[in-house]
Amino acid sequence: MQEAGMRRRHARGRKAADLAMRVAASLAALLGIGVLVLILAEVARRGAPALGLAFFTSLPGPPGTEGGGLANAILGTLALTATATAVGVPLGMLAGVYLSEFGRDTRLGAAVRFCVNVLMGLPSILVGLFVWTVLVVPFRSFSGYAGAVALALIMLPVVARTTEDMLALVPHALREGALAVGAPRWRATLIAFKAARGGLITGVLLAVARVSGETAPLLFTALNSPFWPRSMSEPVANLTVTVFQYAMSPYADWQAKAWGASLLIMAAVLTTSLLARTFARERTR
Amino acid sequence: MNATRPESRPTPPLAPRPQVADRSVADRSAADRSIADRSIADRPAAADAAATAPPKISVRGLDFHYGKQQALFDNNLDVAANRVTAVIGPSGCGKSTHLRVYNRIYQLYRDQRARGEVLLDGENLLSPTTDLIELRRKVGMIFQKPTPFPMSIHDNVAYGLKLHYRLGKAELAEAVEKALRGAALWDEVKDALDRPGTALSGGQQQRLCIARAIAVRPEVLLMDEPTSAIDPVATAKIEDLVEELKKDFTIVIVTHNMQQAARVSDYTAFFFEGRIVEFGDTRQIFTKPVHRQTEDYITGRFG
Amino acid sequence: MTGRRATVAAPDRRHPRSWEDPLFRGLAAAAAGFFLLLTGAILLELTRGSSLSLAKFGPSFLWSSAWNPVTGDFGALSSIAGTLISTAIAMALAVPLSLVIALFLVELAPPAVSKPVGAAIELLAAVPSIIYGMWGLFVFAPLMSDHVQPFLSDHLGFLPLFQGPPMGIGMLTAGIILALMILPFITSVMRDVLRMVPPVVKEAGYGMGSTVWEVARQVTVRYGARGMAGACLLGLGRAVGETMAVTFVIGNNHRVSASLFDAGNTIASALANEFAEAADPLYLSALVELGLVLFLITFAIQGLTHAWIRRLERSAGRGL
Repeated sequence: MQEAGMRRRHARGRKAADLAMRVAASLAALLGIGVLVLILAEVARRGAPALGLAFFTSLPGPPGTEGGGLANAILGTLALTATATAVGVPLGMLAGVYLSEFGRDTRLGAAVRFCVNVLMGLPSILVGLFVWTVLVVPFRSFSGYAGAVALALIMLPVVARTTEDMLALVPHALREGALAVGAPRWRATLIAFKAARGGLITGVLLAVARVSGETAPLLFTALNSPFWPRSMSEPVANLTVTVFQYAMSPYADWQAKAWGASLLIMAAVLTTSLLARTFARERTR
Repeated sequence: MNATRPESRPTPPLAPRPQVADRSVADRSAADRSIADRSIADRPAAADAAATAPPKISVRGLDFHYGKQQALFDNNLDVAANRVTAVIGPSGCGKSTHLRVYNRIYQLYRDQRARGEVLLDGENLLSPTTDLIELRRKVGMIFQKPTPFPMSIHDNVAYGLKLHYRLGKAELAEAVEKALRGAALWDEVKDALDRPGTALSGGQQQRLCIARAIAVRPEVLLMDEPTSAIDPVATAKIEDLVEELKKDFTIVIVTHNMQQAARVSDYTAFFFEGRIVEFGDTRQIFTKPVHRQTEDYITGRFG
Repeated sequence: MTGRRATVAAPDRRHPRSWEDPLFRGLAAAAAGFFLLLTGAILLELTRGSSLSLAKFGPSFLWSSAWNPVTGDFGALSSIAGTLISTAIAMALAVPLSLVIALFLVELAPPAVSKPVGAAIELLAAVPSIIYGMWGLFVFAPLMSDHVQPFLSDHLGFLPLFQGPPMGIGMLTAGIILALMILPFITSVMRDVLRMVPPVVKEAGYGMGSTVWEVARQVTVRYGARGMAGACLLGLGRAVGETMAVTFVIGNNHRVSASLFDAGNTIASALANEFAEAADPLYLSALVELGLVLFLITFAIQGLTHAWIRRLERSAGRGL
């Protein structure tokens, strides 16, 4: 280490580059986050005026007329989401139970896991297209059932994956303890479910939040309707498709209602996600 | 190279040092200070070249806080140039914390604060005007777990060289080879410089990190339990290496392994609950410890 | 623990009936099997639905730029090109910005900023795409036509990319809206990846005398490179099949144009716009075949992502 010194590099340039990059990164981050916040603020600003009492209680008026509300679409979205949840959650959970409790190393398990991944990445509009071919074409009618099934199919892989992941986190000793005293397998699994409750609720809520804001899968299944939802075997009014149709219409009043509906959807989704986060936090505690 | 450096620096302003005699002082903190304050220069056991040179690092009244919790209390210590100083003590006693002040790596964390003076060649490195980049070039660090960067063996060693030096291709290759030889790794990796550093064994990774650290020609090497994550054979290699390295560097090594401290170090500091209980010649610490706590610890009678 | 209580409290508890567990297992397996059935059925139905179009146009469907419902001549070129171009624009904008935001959150911002902002970004990832579509159509498109597009054609107008009338809607606008939509998603995944880089490796970087930027670029980002590539692939999968954020602002035009200002379409937007109105069987069949193409594209991206993550998991054992 005694021989001739190596030429030193001045740190001034490096420090300048460091400062420049830090400032640039902070600004870019602020810009990105700022634009996103701006979007939400703009939706709130434009949507809030539309949300009067009538918005929640009346039917929409005929095209081009002022007034009315989207009570039918609110009700319809609730009905579609609830039906989808009632179908998708139990089925998805059962599949998750299979993956976690029986299908760890089986061939069926691997194949199902692969399908879950494929379905998770499937664009939602393709789910709509598929449901159209199996539930709309044969029955010659758009229907609430078709819409609810499309939403359920979107929930399925999410719920199955969450269930598998959450059950995998439950220590094996817990199940073995139950099995050791002769409890049947399903009781042992029930105990595991109890232990994983927080995570499961989070997963389900996130899935519900996701489908309640979906538009694409409803476009050619539930379609939309200007009337009160009476039967699930007819087209059912819903908020997201209404936003799409009203936004593209030339009527100012409809566009205003589209903003109102957007705000409502956004608020509902964000509230559900926030709720899900609090459950997730409880679990980690 | 660093052996020539200190001469150009002013001798650090040290407080007058008491002699070894005060073994029966009842007041513990006074005893701590007096013992820790004993400079190597005063002890006959260290009557060699280093004894006449000023200490490489002098710690004076060092306090350290994690948030509101104080972790170090009034640490005083002199680190001799070109010697190995071991820092021992039970876990949680503050030995790593103490070491992490020397290159101010603690500063990455917002709630950690150091107060007092740490003089490197007479200059207080805790001063706000200290250039951290230059400080960390002069004071290299080896961590508990090997920390190869996710790049090739060659690039790992060249990493610091490229930061701090302007080198041509040939110069760079030469410097990399020299560092790898210095870390006793060259023969094992000379044909595989393009392989990822993470593909090496644990012991090799640790020596790669040593090569990376010595490549930039530091003056001090800090080793924070460098062998705690690797196997005994690799540990022996690194201990041999430490012996080799002290010719060129001042080494401070934190270890929880007392045999290791006894084997590799010239001086040993025993930490307990954030205080330096005893500091002195390694042989003396391990054969005739002054303090009861030190004796209890090195004989394994610790609760 | 529940087990022990059971032994003590009810030692002579009834034995499980022999049919209980087989039934349970059978139900679970049936639910799992449903996924196989579903995936197969989707592929089958999409293929069956496109049979008319497949028979009439053959493979030339993929590179024909025709789209004429009146004469019954259909080709996927403009939709495939639009899908790829809008996705490319979105990725080009979103990936670097996500990386920078993630680095900002993990390396630069104090905890008082990074915690709430990180949580907010995760929430934003849940905002439905139709919200981005609304904003794009009513707020962003006018901004594009009044300011951004004139600016681009003034300064970069010599490129064919930025020529043509500033209409606001079009390929470029769609790409930007798409970018904004996937931004929070990619950012939150990247943030998770960067947070998993062990602090001691960063400390080693700083210990060598690196600056914050140098550690971020040379150590942290390299360390998380594969995870971040995975994040990008996930984002890509989302962007390719996204419908509403694009449909509002792309202009829906089956023409291949060099200019990013021109209206175009993607597979998803063509389906969203035309499907409910298409009556002619061949027209419908061509649209379903578009869907089949999209399915195959996302399937390919999925496969890539999967293989990538598998590689990641296998190498995770070796210190990475």
